[in-house]
Amino acid sequence: MSENELIGYVLIGIGVAFDLFGTLGLVRLPDVYNRLQAATKCVTLGTCFILVGAGVAGGRDMIARAVICAIFVLLTSPVGAHALARGAHLGGIKLWGRSVVDKYKEDEPRVKRLLAEGKDVGAGRQEAP
Amino acid sequence: MTTFTVLFMLLLLGAFMCLFRLWKGPTAPDRAVAIDILGTLVVGFCALYALQTKSSFYINIGVAWALLSFVGTIALAKYLEGRPFDE
Repeated sequence: MSENELIGYVLIGIGVAFDLFGTLGLVRLPDVYNRLQAATKCVTLGTCFILVGAGVAGGRDMIARAVICAIFVLLTSPVGAHALARGAHLGGIKLWGRSVVDKYKEDEPRVKRLLAEGKDVGAGRQEAP
Repeated sequence: MTTFTVLFMLLLLGAFMCLFRLWKGPTAPDRAVAIDILGTLVVGFCALYALQTKSSFYINIGVAWALLSFVGTIALAKYLEGRPFDE
C-alpha cells in the first residue's frame, strides 16, 4: 500500500465516522431544527472527506472530479438546509420545548405580510424594517 | 471481510438511520431532512464505489446525484413554505 492510498483511506475513515455520527444525530435529537443542524453539518463534512480521500487514493484521473464534487456538495448542502429550516419555520413547526431563543420569530410578521401581498421575501429583506 | 465491505456497511447503517427517520418522522419537514441527508450519503457511497472499482466514472454519478438532490430539497422547502413552484 503506497503513501497516497494510506492517506486516502485515513481520510475516508474519518469521513465515514462523521457520516455515522451525523445520522445518529438525525435519529436521536428531539426537534426538526436540532436534527437539521446536526445531520447537515456532520454529513456534509463527512461526504467531503470521503470524496477527497477517494481522490487522493484513486490517482490522477480521479482527483479533479472528486474535488469538483466536494466543492459542489460544500456549496449546495448548507443552502438546502437553510431553505428547509426556513420552510419549516414558515410552515408553523414549533421549536422544542426547552429551546431558549428564536430569532426568526421576531421577523415573522413582516415576512407573513410580504408573502400575503405577493412580494418576494428575499428582496423584502433588503428594506429597512 | 475487506476494508471496503466494512466502510460500505457503516454507510449503509447511516442510510438505514435516515430511513428510520423517514419512516418515523412526526412532521413533514423531518421527512424532507431525511431525504436531503440520504442524498448526500449516496454521493459518498458513489465515491467509495469509484475507488473500489478504480473507475472515475462513478464520481460523475455522484455529481449528478448531488445536483438532483439539491433541486429536490429546494422544491420541498418551497412546498413546506406554502408558496407555488413557479415564483
